Amino acid sequence: MRLLTHNMLSSNIKGVANGFPLLIEVEKVIEKQVDFNPDFLKNIFPKIEWQALVQASRSMGYSELPEESPESSMLDSDDFLMKFHHVLLELHLEEGALVCPETGRKFPVNKGIPNMLLHEDEV
Amino acid sequence: MKLKQLESVLGDLEQFSNPKVELEQYPTGPHIASRMLYTAENSFGDVSNKVVADFGCGCGTLGAAAALLGADQVIAIDIDSDSLELASENAVDLELDIDFVQCDIRNLEWRGHVDTVVMNPPFGTRKKGVDMDFLSMALKVGTKF
Repeated sequence: MRLLTHNMLSSNIKGVANGFPLLIEVEKVIEKQVDFNPDFLKNIFPKIEWQALVQASRSMGYSELPEESPESSMLDSDDFLMKFHHVLLELHLEEGALVCPETGRKFPVNKGIPNMLLHEDEV
Repeated sequence: MKLKQLESVLGDLEQFSNPKVELEQYPTGPHIASRMLYTAENSFGDVSNKVVADFGCGCGTLGAAAALLGADQVIAIDIDSDSLELASENAVDLELDIDFVQCDIRNLEWRGHVDTVVMNPPFGTRKKGVDMDFLSMALKVGTKF
């Protein structure tokens, strides 16, 4: 699961008010190369929750993404775009868990697939 | 990629060996899948350079078609582990980069929107109304679907 997906997933337990972002517990991270597409990155940038992305990238062991939400002028910098690209698309959580920030409930991630199926009492 | 080529590639995907009736599992045929995505792309520009979600992906046919036609990111969601395993293998075979999520669509909590949702959902012959559940979730999550 890459961080682009993580940036859109929220805890789906019934009654949870603040289910985003899910915290990440890492057991295994893998890196998969993806072609660099600056147009895509510029288009998706406004849709990204920046703080969630930064936090997630740090959980995955990457600390080069700036904490403050970048100015739009940063999108002209290839250097910045490459870091953004790397974090958003090339880092995969292969094994571990996503954790509901409100209840602490863990959603396991195996072979890169998060399991968001709820138990009977969570629906 | 040409339509015929797309159809041919999709035709090579592994299908369900033991489809689960309760989940209304059936593969989306390559003929219709290729035409559906081809139209979405060529008539509407809804696939290439977009984030596409495949709701109820099953063996992953629609998601794979989207990826083959240039979707920048495909996120495929299904409730069933066996389907997801199959879809993952299909994605690997075609060297496609697709993110999979295991979730009941009716319980999906999504922040924001994807550009396009593609789906061939259950009709509601087993769980009445599930087709409407898929539709309302797709409307919620997609900016177009």
